[in-house]
Amino acid sequence: MEFIENILGRLIPVKIEGRKLRPFQGAFADDGGGRKRVTPPIPVSKPGQNKLCSLREAIEKSGLKDGMTISFHHHLRDGDYVVNMVVDEISRIGIKDITLAPSALFPCHKPLIEHIKNGVITKIEGSMNGPVGEHVSYGGLPKVAVLRTHGGRARAIEDGDLHIDVAFLAASSADDYGNANGVDGASAFGPMAYGYADAMFADSVVIITDNLVPYPCAPYSIPATHVDYVVVVDRIGDPERIVSGTTRITRSPTRLLIAKYAAQFIKESGYMKEGFSFQTGAGGISLAVTKMLGEIMEEEGIRASFINGGLSTFAVNLFKKGLVAALYDGQVFDRGVIESFRNDIKHVETPMTMYANYHSKGCLVNRLDVGFLGATEVDVDFNVNCNTHSDGLLLHGIGGHTDVAAGCGLTLITIPSYRKRIPVVRERVTTVTTPGETIDAIVTERGIAINPQRKDLIERMKGSNLPIVTIEELKDKVEKITGKPEPPRVKDRIIALIEYRDGTIIDVVKEVEK
Amino acid sequence: MMKITKKVVVGRRDKADIEISLNPLKKNDIGVKLESSVERLFGNHIRNYIKEYLLGLGITSCQVIAIDDGALDFVIKSRIESALYKSNSALLEKFSFGKREKRERTVDFRRTRLYLPGNNPYFMEGGGLFGADVIILDLEDAVSQKEKTDARFLVRNALCNLDLGDAEVIVRINPFSNGGEDDVKTVLPGLPDAIMLPKTNGAEDVLRLDRLLEETEDENNITVGVTKLFPLIESAEGVVNAYEIAKASKRNVMLTFGAEDFTADIGVKKSKEGKELFFAKEHIVLAAKAVEIQASDTVYSDFEDIEGLIKDTEISKSIGFDGRGVIHPLQIEHIHNVYKPTKEEIEYAEKVVAALEEAEKRGSGVASLGRKMIDAPVAKRARKVLKLARQYRSK
Repeated sequence: MEFIENILGRLIPVKIEGRKLRPFQGAFADDGGGRKRVTPPIPVSKPGQNKLCSLREAIEKSGLKDGMTISFHHHLRDGDYVVNMVVDEISRIGIKDITLAPSALFPCHKPLIEHIKNGVITKIEGSMNGPVGEHVSYGGLPKVAVLRTHGGRARAIEDGDLHIDVAFLAASSADDYGNANGVDGASAFGPMAYGYADAMFADSVVIITDNLVPYPCAPYSIPATHVDYVVVVDRIGDPERIVSGTTRITRSPTRLLIAKYAAQFIKESGYMKEGFSFQTGAGGISLAVTKMLGEIMEEEGIRASFINGGLSTFAVNLFKKGLVAALYDGQVFDRGVIESFRNDIKHVETPMTMYANYHSKGCLVNRLDVGFLGATEVDVDFNVNCNTHSDGLLLHGIGGHTDVAAGCGLTLITIPSYRKRIPVVRERVTTVTTPGETIDAIVTERGIAINPQRKDLIERMKGSNLPIVTIEELKDKVEKITGKPEPPRVKDRIIALIEYRDGTIIDVVKEVEK
Repeated sequence: MMKITKKVVVGRRDKADIEISLNPLKKNDIGVKLESSVERLFGNHIRNYIKEYLLGLGITSCQVIAIDDGALDFVIKSRIESALYKSNSALLEKFSFGKREKRERTVDFRRTRLYLPGNNPYFMEGGGLFGADVIILDLEDAVSQKEKTDARFLVRNALCNLDLGDAEVIVRINPFSNGGEDDVKTVLPGLPDAIMLPKTNGAEDVLRLDRLLEETEDENNITVGVTKLFPLIESAEGVVNAYEIAKASKRNVMLTFGAEDFTADIGVKKSKEGKELFFAKEHIVLAAKAVEIQASDTVYSDFEDIEGLIKDTEISKSIGFDGRGVIHPLQIEHIHNVYKPTKEEIEYAEKVVAALEEAEKRGSGVASLGRKMIDAPVAKRARKVLKLARQYRSK
C-alpha cells in the first residue's frame, strides 16, 4: 500500500478500497474543488398515494439490495429499537453486504455484531462506539469504516460522497403521509436534526413511528415531501433510555474543579461579553460549566445571544431566565428540554448541515464564541483524540467535536489530567480527531495549557490566578504521577478512516491485537 | 531468603486501588497473576514492579494474585508492604521509602483542614487540588478496624510520594489504646508536618505523644521537635482540660474541636444551630489563645447545605476560631470566603501599619491613627489582616 503524509505527519494511504484519499491539509485549506453536488432522482406526487406499509414491505418496495447503504439518526440514543429492528428484518429477507450509515451508535446496538459476523453488514460509515467499535477494532468488519463529524456526515451526504439508498428514520409521531416529528408521543426525543440530510438526499425514505396521528402531523421536522413509506411499530424505543428524566451535574470534586477553571477562564479570556454565544454538551463537566457560566452571567448581568447544543435543562433554565436569547437544538438530553422545544419559537431545530457543514454557505459553528469539549487524549501539539483510547481501541464517535473546534472563537478541552492512571496529555495522540490548530486551551485539574499560537490569549491571561502552565509542563506533571503507558499493540491493517469535516483524511485507525 | 507461608489479602477492588493476595508457593519462584483494567497499557509494568519489589526484599517464593483498577505505583507498593507486614512484621525495617523532601513551610493560616480517608487512594490522589490549608490523612474514624494496617502503609507512602501542593500535611493517628503508637512509628519517616491526636482528654495524652515523637524523630534522624501537634478535643473531660492540653507541649500549634464525639459524651444530640456546643467552643478558643496558638472548629457535616455552612462558619469566626474542619472539598472555597478580609478591613489595616512605620521612622515608640493611639493588639491584628489578604491575592 502506498502512503502519503498529511500536514500533521500522519501516514494516509493514497488509495483504499478503490477510493482515492485526500490527505488533510489544514482546517480551512479545502475550497470545495469546484465540484457540483449530486441531486436525488426526481419524484412525482399523485393523489391517492398510500405510504403505510409493514417494515418488510417498506424494505422490499424501497428496492434495497445487496451492497446498498442504509442510514439512521441517533435521536433515540441508548434507548433505540429501530436500528436493530430494521437490520434484523433485512437479515431475515436475506439481503447482505450492507453499508450501515448511522449518525451514531450506542451500547444498545451490540446485537449488530452478529449481523457483522454473518455478512449482513460489511461496512460502517458515520459513527460507531462501545461494543461495535470494539468489535471493529479487533478486525471484525470486512471493509474499512469511515468516521465523520456531524457536519462532515451532512457534507458527505450532500456532496454525494455518502450515497444513501434507504434512510430509516424513527419519529415519535407521524401521519400516514409521512410528516414526522420527535416531540409528541410516548417516545418523544426532541428535534430530528440528525436525520434531516438523510431525508433530503436518500433515494428512499422510510419513517418508522409508534404513534400514528391523523393527518396532518403538526408540527413536523421532516415533511411528507421527502417521505416514501410510513411504518407503524409497537415501540421505537425505551423512553427511559431515550432521554433521562433529569440531568444531574457531576458530583466529582475534581470534575467540578475543572468546570470551575473553565468557567473562570472563559470569563477572564474576554470572550464572555454581552451577546456572546456558546456550545454545550452532555458530559458531566460540560453540564457543570454551563451551570457555572450561567451563575457568572447572572452575577455580571451578561446575556448570551444563543446556546447551541446538545441541550440540557441547565441551558433551558438560562433561556427561561432571559439570560439567553435563543436556543439552537441539535439533540436533547432530558425531558425538560423537549417541553421548551415544543413550546417556544425561540428554541429552534438545527439540522446538521445548518449546524456544521463546511460545504455550505454558512454554518452556525462559525458564529460560536465559546465551546468546551471532551477528549480521550490530547498531545503537545494540541491535537485531540476523541475516537480511540490509548490502547488503540476505537470506542467513540466524533460527534460535533471537530466542527465546534473549527468554528468557535475559543475552544477549550475540559478533561481530567488522567483517568485510571492513564495520562491524558501525550507526546502524540494515538489518533488525531481534531487538529491542534483549532484548539485554544486544555483545561485540567492540574493546570491549564494555552496553545502557543494564541499569543493574544497567553498575554491576556498573564496575571490570572488560574494555574496556567505550558503543555509540556502539564504532560511532565501528569506523567510523573502515572508513569508512561506502553504504546498500543496494533497490526498493519487499517480498520477505519478518520475523515475531517472537509472530506480529507486526518488519520487512520489500525486493527488492535487481541 | 524468605518464603510466604500463609495466604494474606489486602487492598480493595476499587478504582485507583489494587487488591493483592500473597500465597505460598512450593517452588522457588515469584509468580504474579494480574487482572487489570489497564492491562494493555501498564500490565507488564505492574507485574515487573511487584516482582522486583519482592525480590529486592529477599522474598524467594510467593504467588501473587492482583486485581487492579488503575492503582498508582505508590499504592501498589503500599499494598505489598501491608501484605508482607501481615505475614512477617519484622520486614518493616526493610521497606524502602523515598524520603519526602522537608519543605520550608510557613503556614500562617489554617482556615481549612480537609480530612482524607487513610485507606482510599482515589480520594487521596486529588486531595491537594482544592486549596485546603491543612490536609489530614486520617487513620482513625475514616478507616475500619480491619483496614488499619493497610491504611498505615498507604498513608506512609502517600506522604513520600503524593504531591499535595502547598498544604500542611498531617496524620490523624488512632488513640494509643488502638495502635496509635504503631501509627506514629510507621508514618513518621514520611515526614508529616504534624500529628493529630484524637480524643485528647488531658495534658498527659499530649505529653505521651510528645515523648513518642521525640523518640521516633531521634530514631529516624529527624530534627527533634520538628513535628507539630494538633490535639483534637472531643470529650467533656478534654474541654474542661483544654488549657492544660494547650500548654502541655511546645509542639502544639492548634487546638481542634470534634463535635460528634463530644455531643455523644455529654449525652445530647447534635443540633443544627449547635447551642449545646457554644460553651465548649468558646472554652477551647480561650484555652488556645491563652497560650497563643490557633483554634479550629468542628466540621460542618451537611456538605450539600452551603448556605448553612457559610452561616455557621461566620459564627465560628466571630467567636475566635481560626478555621474549621472540612469533610468535602467543595466546602473549602466557601470557608475561605468567610475568612477573607473585607476591603474596609484591609484599608484600615493598611492605615494602621503605615502609621506604625511612620512612628518607627520618627523614632517614636507611640503610633496613632487620628486621635487614637495604636496599641499592641490593634497592631498585631492589622498585620494579620494584611498577611491574610496577601494569601488571597497569591492564590
